[in-house]
Amino acid sequence: MPKNPNIHKVMVIGSGPIVIGQAAEFDYAGTQACRSLKEEGLEVVLVNSNPATIMTDKDIADEVYIEPLTARVLEKIIEKEKPDGLLPNMGGQAGLNLGMELSESGFLDRHGVRLLGANALTIKKAEDRLLFKETMEKIGEPVAPSQVVENVEDGVKFAEKIGYPVVLRPAYTLGGSGGGIAHSVVELRKILENGLRLSRVGQVLVERSIAGWKEIEYEVMRDSAGNRITVCNMENIDPVGVHTGDSIVVAPSQTLSDKEYQMLRTSALNIIDELGITGGCNVQFALHPTSFEYCVIEVNPRVSRSSALASKATGYPIAKVAAKIALGYTLDEIRNAVTGETFASFEPALDYCVVKFPRLPFDKFITAKRTLTTQMKATGEVMSICDNFEGALMKAIRSLEQHVECLDSYDFSGLSREQLFTRLTVVDDQRIWVIAEALRKGISYSTIHEITMIDEWFIDKIAHLVKIEAKLKETGRRITAKRIDGGSETEALELLSKKLLLTAKSCGYPDRTIARLTGLNEQQVRARRTALGITAVYKMVDTCAAEFAAKTPYYYSVYADNQEEEDEAKEKLTDRKKILVLGSGPIRIGQGIEFDYCSVHATWAFAKAGYETIIINNNPETVSTDFDIADKLYFEPLTPEDVQNVVSIEHPDYAVVQFGGQTAIKLTADLTKMGVPILGTDAKDVDAAEDREIFDEVLQKCGIRRAAGATVFTAEEAKKVANRLGYPVLVRPSYVLGGQGMQIALNDSEIEQFMAVINRYEQEHPILIDKYLQGTETEVDAVCDGENIVIPGIMEHIERSGVHSGDSISVYPARTLTAHVKETIATYTKRLAQELHVIGLINVQFIAMGEDVYIIEANPRSSRTVPYISKVTGIPIVDLAAQCMMGKKLTDMGYTPGLQPEADYYAIKMPVFSTEKVRGAEVAVGPEMKSTGECLGISRSFDEALYKAFLGAGVNLPKHKQMIITVKDSDKGEIIDIAKRYEKLGYIIYSTRRTADTLRENGIRVRQVNRISQESPTVMDLLLGHKIDLVIDTPTQGRDKNRDGFLIRRTAIETGVYCITSLDTARALVSSLEHAAETSSNLEIVDVAKI
Amino acid sequence: MKAFLILEDGTVFTGSRIGADRDVISEIVFNTTMAGYPEVLTDPSYAGQAVCMTYPLIGNYGICFDDCESDRPWMDALIVHEAARVPSNFRSDISLLQFMEKYDLPGIEGIDTRRLTKILREKGTMNGMITSNAEFSMEEILPRLRAYSCGRVVEKVTCREKYMVKGAASLADNGPLTGSAVFHPEQFAEEQDRYAEDEGGIGPTDSVPDAAGYVHWATVPGSHPEHEKKPSLVKKLTGVTGDGRHLRIALMDYGAKRNIAASLAARGCDVTVYPALTPAMEVLADDPDGIMLSNGPGDPKECTGIIREIRKFYTSDVPIFAICLGHQLMALATGADTYKLKYGHRGGNHPVKDLETGRVYISSQNHGYAVDASTVDPSVAVPAFVNVNDGTNEGLRYLDKNIFTVQFHPEACAGPQDSDYLFDRFLAMVRARKR
Repeated sequence: MPKNPNIHKVMVIGSGPIVIGQAAEFDYAGTQACRSLKEEGLEVVLVNSNPATIMTDKDIADEVYIEPLTARVLEKIIEKEKPDGLLPNMGGQAGLNLGMELSESGFLDRHGVRLLGANALTIKKAEDRLLFKETMEKIGEPVAPSQVVENVEDGVKFAEKIGYPVVLRPAYTLGGSGGGIAHSVVELRKILENGLRLSRVGQVLVERSIAGWKEIEYEVMRDSAGNRITVCNMENIDPVGVHTGDSIVVAPSQTLSDKEYQMLRTSALNIIDELGITGGCNVQFALHPTSFEYCVIEVNPRVSRSSALASKATGYPIAKVAAKIALGYTLDEIRNAVTGETFASFEPALDYCVVKFPRLPFDKFITAKRTLTTQMKATGEVMSICDNFEGALMKAIRSLEQHVECLDSYDFSGLSREQLFTRLTVVDDQRIWVIAEALRKGISYSTIHEITMIDEWFIDKIAHLVKIEAKLKETGRRITAKRIDGGSETEALELLSKKLLLTAKSCGYPDRTIARLTGLNEQQVRARRTALGITAVYKMVDTCAAEFAAKTPYYYSVYADNQEEEDEAKEKLTDRKKILVLGSGPIRIGQGIEFDYCSVHATWAFAKAGYETIIINNNPETVSTDFDIADKLYFEPLTPEDVQNVVSIEHPDYAVVQFGGQTAIKLTADLTKMGVPILGTDAKDVDAAEDREIFDEVLQKCGIRRAAGATVFTAEEAKKVANRLGYPVLVRPSYVLGGQGMQIALNDSEIEQFMAVINRYEQEHPILIDKYLQGTETEVDAVCDGENIVIPGIMEHIERSGVHSGDSISVYPARTLTAHVKETIATYTKRLAQELHVIGLINVQFIAMGEDVYIIEANPRSSRTVPYISKVTGIPIVDLAAQCMMGKKLTDMGYTPGLQPEADYYAIKMPVFSTEKVRGAEVAVGPEMKSTGECLGISRSFDEALYKAFLGAGVNLPKHKQMIITVKDSDKGEIIDIAKRYEKLGYIIYSTRRTADTLRENGIRVRQVNRISQESPTVMDLLLGHKIDLVIDTPTQGRDKNRDGFLIRRTAIETGVYCITSLDTARALVSSLEHAAETSSNLEIVDVAKI
Repeated sequence: MKAFLILEDGTVFTGSRIGADRDVISEIVFNTTMAGYPEVLTDPSYAGQAVCMTYPLIGNYGICFDDCESDRPWMDALIVHEAARVPSNFRSDISLLQFMEKYDLPGIEGIDTRRLTKILREKGTMNGMITSNAEFSMEEILPRLRAYSCGRVVEKVTCREKYMVKGAASLADNGPLTGSAVFHPEQFAEEQDRYAEDEGGIGPTDSVPDAAGYVHWATVPGSHPEHEKKPSLVKKLTGVTGDGRHLRIALMDYGAKRNIAASLAARGCDVTVYPALTPAMEVLADDPDGIMLSNGPGDPKECTGIIREIRKFYTSDVPIFAICLGHQLMALATGADTYKLKYGHRGGNHPVKDLETGRVYISSQNHGYAVDASTVDPSVAVPAFVNVNDGTNEGLRYLDKNIFTVQFHPEACAGPQDSDYLFDRFLAMVRARKR
């Protein structure tokens, strides 16, 4: 069936701020869908509250609304834009829910808008737990038996019926809090009682436990004619019990026979048929490991994280095809863009093995429990491709950038066999390293399997890697012996046999690790293997296992004896000028989707200028790794060795590192060594900005002040410096993003504590100790062509210094700064850019104290705020930066140098957190970044912008008009005014004794509650009464953890209560609430594409 | 041990020997199925060919004899990138390497199978040799490779004597693999009790489907004690509309995969399997309600005798359904022509379009020859299916006859079960004729 001719204008809903479980994959899907719609000549209206996304670019959609994702806002946009269709299945659960809400209220019908690619009944059948169960039973597809209970006795009765163990999931709690697995009635009673209490609606789902079964997923597509295909199946190495987002996943399935594969495939197709899905859908199964029993875990009737993964794993563009299906095309009418010859109605055949590895945030949340459960905790993921499983696993591990490069990177060698048995029962992010150690200690496959339920096939592969490791060590011993015997280095090197080296390389061992294990150096290993003809060659991802010729140069490497191995990358080498763009790797707190935005825009800018563009990246969720963004895509880890391999074949004329965050910057020196010129700011100038001493000289030359400080390596040095400067001081490692490891220390013991944490890993660079200054933080992104700079605007943070810039509410244009301060900032930025010889981007952060301006830091590269400031000012910063790098001048591009005139709009960037999902993580904001995403509030009025920003972040108040305030002593003065304003809004304030005393003395009616340790009713009971809107809790400085405060904050966010830990945020919220009534009634929407 | 694959065009691949250590010359083809190597190994249609699996990791789940499509491997050799040393699956009887040794099947691993596939794709299927002799002489080998032809393989693979496959008296006889296994916890305990009473009992405890269409299983049939101990409930075949009970089908075995007879028997038909060279009159004398022409290896045009007999089936009024080689033979028997494809279709991901409904199905395929649709007499037959990828003919519907034939494999194994409905279509045709 051809395209529906009645559709001309389509609205696409994005997924909003990046949170754990809903991340960059929806930018990828949404962007692909929009491009696919535009390809069909349709006008696209895009709505998403997330300004860091590519989909919210005016290049991608015709009309762009960066507005809060609420039904009310969408209605306004529909009324204004009058689209004929609404595509809700590209924006994750958030988008789908909104689409449903608009459809069910009848709004879409009233305005003649068709719901595309989904219908209300389909979505309901898939999403509504009960309806889904009924539907599955109707077609004979099994689901794990479950029942919602409201009291303990019902739970006991049901559990007895279905048998233990049972899984308990309280309704409406976050982060899996209050849930668990009960193996006996005693356990059940305990968990259930607590769960019922924690649940806002007093309901807990009791479900038969299928933990330990194989978890298998199918990505399926169906068109309106009923044609169905499966794009890919995937097998989770971690059995059921770990969320698939936190599991190590392999594609295609490795341990399923065709009988099992086809049984589940047929089931998946039956399910989408019955649900009547048109588009993409993900079906998750649990398969009993020793029988054909299976059950359907869940169905996602939309694009998802898994579908992004499946797209990248196979080359099949699910979102693109889903968008075309939504328009009415059938699968056999849509061309397979990868081969250009075949059609979308086929099933990809893989001739390689794909491994996905989760990127977990435990390096940021060091107090958090590392345990993996059915609640997803990963902020991002990496994918790797190889022609064997071992190689893919090893590539994935080193792509994580978590100081791990092989299976001995976490050291469990100190554990005895008995301790290992216990350790193996722990399901956490280090499990495969524990398994490796268990194998080293001779624990059998079957024992490991019985404890972990991980299939023995995977255990065998880990064992193979461990065996190679042992052989390399053995070779190392012989090399040492040879050296002691006075043998030459050449003789020593020859002890490393070709066979072992070939095995180790083809199984993914990096040269660096081989060097470490054998006692050779990296150059020796490299020289040896090159001499033996063992090099990386590239293979193509072509969707069809080479059955048809493919057009898209999407490559992965394998190590092989290069005599006979074909290098497919060589087939497509050109004489064009080439530029290498280094991506930013997995999404993590501090290095998010913004850097992918920058990489993609840079790629487009260079392509426009006639360069052949080459991207190296390993993140399957992003737009940059879509097969048609760059001329060539290398899906590879971003380590020096892996990059060197690409350089050796492509010989790029230049590389750009400014856009890929710290991941790319870190490769600067290596690229220079490889002889690849870095386009833009010179490596030594990047160093100058990072190196404390050199930077101080630069600042002196520029006449810019900064907080006094020094660099240190040890705790002793740190304490000395801190005492000289006077506490409080800021402690942080250099060369990191997102303020990783940054802390405010109040005394010597805290210094010791923080230094110990930072020095968990060997630090290549010194640690910085600075005097802590309290003032207004401001930030600028600027483009410099070597002479002139363009500063699109100054952003001001609402939270005072001490809160990481990424976690602060950021306001553009700056509101409280005087003209003099703004001018100073512009002047300083220009001087710095010139002194650092910046060509391209620079981000500078300042503290304004009165009329004085101090610099915090300068980073000559792209930053988190680049997409945001580009969109609200309409200045394409990345494009300008790329052009500057190519030698163009800003004045030639039509820009007047200096600080640009302020926009007519206020644009407020609001951080969004996912801490509720990571149990045990600290909630309070501080110098180390914690937020996972952001949303934007944009309006002509500041109050409305603020209101929208809070709304976009999901803070939709007031509800019950009750709040809890507990603040530390030093905040007691400041809280009075804030409390008065909340009281005036009608809020009932609860406080613990000391805060209550202060408030009462100042004429505020406050209800006093007991601390947690005291007798009931305590502040905890109050929270669990589920009638609290808001908690303001400022934590005592430092990490001598105030248990009460920590518990209050955790309980608040886990029960869905908004928790504020900075007085500045509290003040901003109250301002927004004071205007909420008027703003919400006549909210004005802004088309960002028209700015 | 080092081994070499030498192609007709002079390309040499160096790998390691797996399976039997003997030299072999064969036609080299590739298969893109990712799982399902046991079915491919034992598919008689691969007789006379050495198969390169494009998926690099083969043997991961070992070999389960229940999955085999015949009694032994028929291919000449297996070519893989990596053969699993340690298989893992609860049903695995034997590892791939043990299987190859047991059945004297030679093979090679550790070569760039993608490069080999691309050579075959670009230059077309060609002959090759696998040898462990490092001292091989190209001058001696290449002429032998060019001269090689497997010849009349159907006669090699067909059964020696006719035999019967009894139709399932109830769904219970179908085994657990044909549908979706359903777990009903409420009944689980009950089943377990029943199993305890009737230990080792094969077959259903209650063969009558319940209201929801489920048949209650006490055991999973098979020779594996571990999974006999796993009681489960097995769903009725999905999509079964044609009830084949009391129908007698003659299956002509040109190299038939086991699942053709099994698919018919599962629907209740009694299937009589005939050796390929059985005269048509002998088959017709048994008065079958329907005739199935099976898949099989080799060049259809070599089967001159069989084609003559098929012509007799065509003129009889017995409903006929043909698969793969059977489809080609019927076309030849009715005056159409076949040709050799450049590199064939072998895999589990080929889209075929049902021209009557416009629906596209993903099919299991294994053929090196195809019917030239332009040579089909439009008064005899019309195309019923077409390959979406390359437009080649995938099926014919014979006019004024109860005959339809397909190039792909509705019996799947390995591959998708999407076109399983064709068996029902055939049985409906047979039933209608019988009435």
